[in-house]
Amino acid sequence: MRYLILLKATSTPTSPPSPELMAAIAALGEDAKSAGVLLDTQGLHPSSAGSRVRLAQGQLTAADGPFTESKELISYALYDVRSKEDAVEWTNRFLKLHRDLWPGWEGEADVLKVFGPEDFAPPANEGGTA
Amino acid sequence: MTATSAAVEAVWRIESGRLVAALARITEDFVAAEDLAQDALEIALKQWPRDGIPDHPASWLMATAKHVAADQYRRQVNLNRKLAIIARQQSTTGSAESDPMADVDENLDVAVQDDLLRLIFTACHPILSIDSQVALTLRTLGGLQTKEIARAFLTSEATIGQRISRAKRTLTGMGLRFELPPAEDLPARLNAVLGVVYLVFNEGYSATSGDHWTRPALCQDALRLGRMLAALQPEQPEAHGLLALMELQASRLAARTGTAGEPVLLADQDHRRWDQLLIRRGLASLHRAEELGGGPYTVQAAIAACHATAKSVEDTDWRRVAALYTVLAHIAPSPVVHLNRAVAVGMAEGPERGLQLADQLQDEPSLAGYPQLPAVRATFLQQLGHLEQARAEFERAAARTDNAGERRLYLEQAQSIGQV
Repeated sequence: MRYLILLKATSTPTSPPSPELMAAIAALGEDAKSAGVLLDTQGLHPSSAGSRVRLAQGQLTAADGPFTESKELISYALYDVRSKEDAVEWTNRFLKLHRDLWPGWEGEADVLKVFGPEDFAPPANEGGTA
Repeated sequence: MTATSAAVEAVWRIESGRLVAALARITEDFVAAEDLAQDALEIALKQWPRDGIPDHPASWLMATAKHVAADQYRRQVNLNRKLAIIARQQSTTGSAESDPMADVDENLDVAVQDDLLRLIFTACHPILSIDSQVALTLRTLGGLQTKEIARAFLTSEATIGQRISRAKRTLTGMGLRFELPPAEDLPARLNAVLGVVYLVFNEGYSATSGDHWTRPALCQDALRLGRMLAALQPEQPEAHGLLALMELQASRLAARTGTAGEPVLLADQDHRRWDQLLIRRGLASLHRAEELGGGPYTVQAAIAACHATAKSVEDTDWRRVAALYTVLAHIAPSPVVHLNRAVAVGMAEGPERGLQLADQLQDEPSLAGYPQLPAVRATFLQQLGHLEQARAEFERAAARTDNAGERRLYLEQAQSIGQV
């Protein structure tokens, strides 16, 4: 099953991320790719480089970033794993690297399940082998 | 922070392969390594839900496994000492044994790739039965527990447990060293490994029985193993070929079963439900496999790619599909390949030619109970206007299948002819 992980920063130190952190993140990514679980991941520009399109009360509006009222999205990752707990564990490892190698950084990651074939499977005991 | 056993199992799935591989390198014994790893897992399943998952679970598991090993070794030494008392009465020579676990390598990352390769070649050793190879591979490399493998294969935990212990006895009995196959055996041994992974995939892909939810899960287990193999053997064309084949076939998982669980044939599938991400991944792997020289899995993947990139059945490049089946019939001949070739040729050159090729397989003993042969003939007969014969062949196909959904499909096709 697939999980989309969206990483948000809640507190970013003034110091930039260290080369050690970047190397550790790359190594973890390689690990996850070799294990066959990481399908895709990319970092995201600050929302100041983006735009927000909104539909409210029948009106479409588009406003350029930054989106001041919400947390900044840092990156996304798409995992293919056996259970939610697997996705959570890979996310743990990612956040631990930030804890250990970028003091002061705080954030949160949403682990969201993507619809997959298992969600369209018919109920058990139907259409099965007699 | 406490942890659920599901969270412990998740850590285990990530660490199992590397842990067993590293332990096997140290002990030079796959079976001992697997036992130690399982002991460490049992301890983790007891302690972590209470104390929380340690900060570095890989090191924790390794240290615990080594602790268990040292403990067992000491107990064995104690036993040996008791025996030694008797022995000493006859001989005065004896040497103090050192603990071989004292100076084991702490670094799990050293030569991990090679260890994992040795692990998979051992788990898929041709001396083991195929069932055992599958169970052992899913357990060590996939990090699945016996109960999960049993659930996936719709069998009992005891059955899987027996397959694993039988396999371990065999491996112990033959005194297999934990090493890579000699270079001259490598292609054949890799082929055996790919065969095990594809078998797991097909077990999930072809079955429509039982607990439906676990079936796509088995396909995905095989996909992850395939990705792992392609990463471990990046220079092997067929590792990429098999991966491409599985990614492309898996792209149709959601579309090939209807809302009531009935099988939906390729021609009737809603293409919008095909998984475009898996198709893109499959095409990329296929490209890599072809660059490296290909092989039977690569050719099958190329055929799957023709279907995945066609807008409809009519739009499919059937000449290319037929040509690829002709290649496959040369490098990996089988009656089923010949039958598939008949279908493709029929689509490319007309039903008469297709039927002619299918008819040549009528006396093939291995296809005697195969429902697809009459089903293929029925389709071509129907297109040629031989409706009575077509109906009889669809009914024959229905009688040959054990799968209720498939049987219903063939009977519907037979009935639809009656309504013409």
